[in-house]
Amino acid sequence: MASQILYALPFLAKGFALTLWVSFLVVTLSLVAGVLLGVGLVYGPAPLRWAVRIFSDTIRGIPILVLMFFVYYGLPAIGLHLPSFWAAVLALTLFKTAQVIEYLRGAVASIPKGQSEAAMAIGLTFRQRLTSVIFPQAFRRFLPPWINGVTDAVKGSALVSLLGITDLMQAINQVIGRTYEAMPLYILGALIYFAVNYALSLASRRLERRFAFIRE
Amino acid sequence: MGYALNFNLIWRHFDKLWGGLLLSLELAVISIAIGTVIGLALAVWYVSAGRVVRAIIAAYVEFIRNVPLILLVYLVFYGVPTVVDLAYSAPTSFVLTLSVYSGAYLVEVFRSGLEAVPRGQLDAGRAIGLTPWQRLVHVRLPTMLRITLPALSNTFISLFKDTSIASVISVPELTFGAQWINFNTFRIVEVYLVTTAMYLVTGYILLFGLRLVERRFRAAR
Repeated sequence: MASQILYALPFLAKGFALTLWVSFLVVTLSLVAGVLLGVGLVYGPAPLRWAVRIFSDTIRGIPILVLMFFVYYGLPAIGLHLPSFWAAVLALTLFKTAQVIEYLRGAVASIPKGQSEAAMAIGLTFRQRLTSVIFPQAFRRFLPPWINGVTDAVKGSALVSLLGITDLMQAINQVIGRTYEAMPLYILGALIYFAVNYALSLASRRLERRFAFIRE
Repeated sequence: MGYALNFNLIWRHFDKLWGGLLLSLELAVISIAIGTVIGLALAVWYVSAGRVVRAIIAAYVEFIRNVPLILLVYLVFYGVPTVVDLAYSAPTSFVLTLSVYSGAYLVEVFRSGLEAVPRGQLDAGRAIGLTPWQRLVHVRLPTMLRITLPALSNTFISLFKDTSIASVISVPELTFGAQWINFNTFRIVEVYLVTTAMYLVTGYILLFGLRLVERRFRAAR
């Protein structure tokens, strides 16, 4: 049993690398999209605000699995042919973007209104208000939940295994298909996911404590 | 483009979605009920326990929260029966998994609620001569419930959405029904539009109901 699992380790490592790559792409792309849309939600004109609100509430209201099947099977149906890897990344990014929008909205809303008014009073432009007054303060409230939310991207990435993409989850299932060693391999997989995510949540907690001084 | 929407086939097979939704709700309700018992018991135990028990409960919570649900579902359905002489159906297996999973999330919710109960209330309970059990049932738990209800509602709705993972072990819930229609009729866009609407509407009905409960219990802090 041990030798079979040892033999499969390079294959599992490859799957793990793909899990990290998918998570990295999703986290990076959703950060950009989420911050842009989040600013649109807080400061944009009414139609943009409604559009972002509907987008965020819809995405957060359905299971990621449904979103993923919708994107994966739905896009080709309307004539958009993405490789399955990118369809999966797109679906997970949409899901994560909705989360980032809410983190950003919450962080900005937590900054007292007086800050914005004071900045306006001393004649800062809208852009200066955001970059020199609001964002530096909101950043500290945004960062801990965002890092903690990265674990959702890592956990969500396990769903790409259902689209035939060989990430860690799929690699484990394939090795079990050959060796029938279900229990040791699932436990090994759980420990790998746990190690990554636990490190992330510890980092989040540490940051939260470090930024605790602004919590009144 | 050139994709013409046609919902006829969806309505013809709508029983797959409707029956699926009912099963999703059933899975969610049973798992959440068991998870609530686990969560409440462990949270109450945690706040009054010594270091060892705390460490064990924390290990359970952290482990479950940091592993993908799909892996836990596989582990319980395909893994556990290979080492223990047990046989169970896919729905039972999923309920088992989601109960343990929701328990871990609910321990956290209840624990932070218990710790937020003002010290003065417990002292007041002691001053008027309540026993420890009475202090728990009449002072601590009601106050804790009021504090945690918003977080509790969010966790419940999130767990309802997690029932979609049951489809990976062929439990015929809503997501499984959607896939069945997808593969058998190829009305892909239509079936996922309807499924999305069904999850959204159910989620909002649950949210609305839970908000009513919150309002009912929200008294002066």
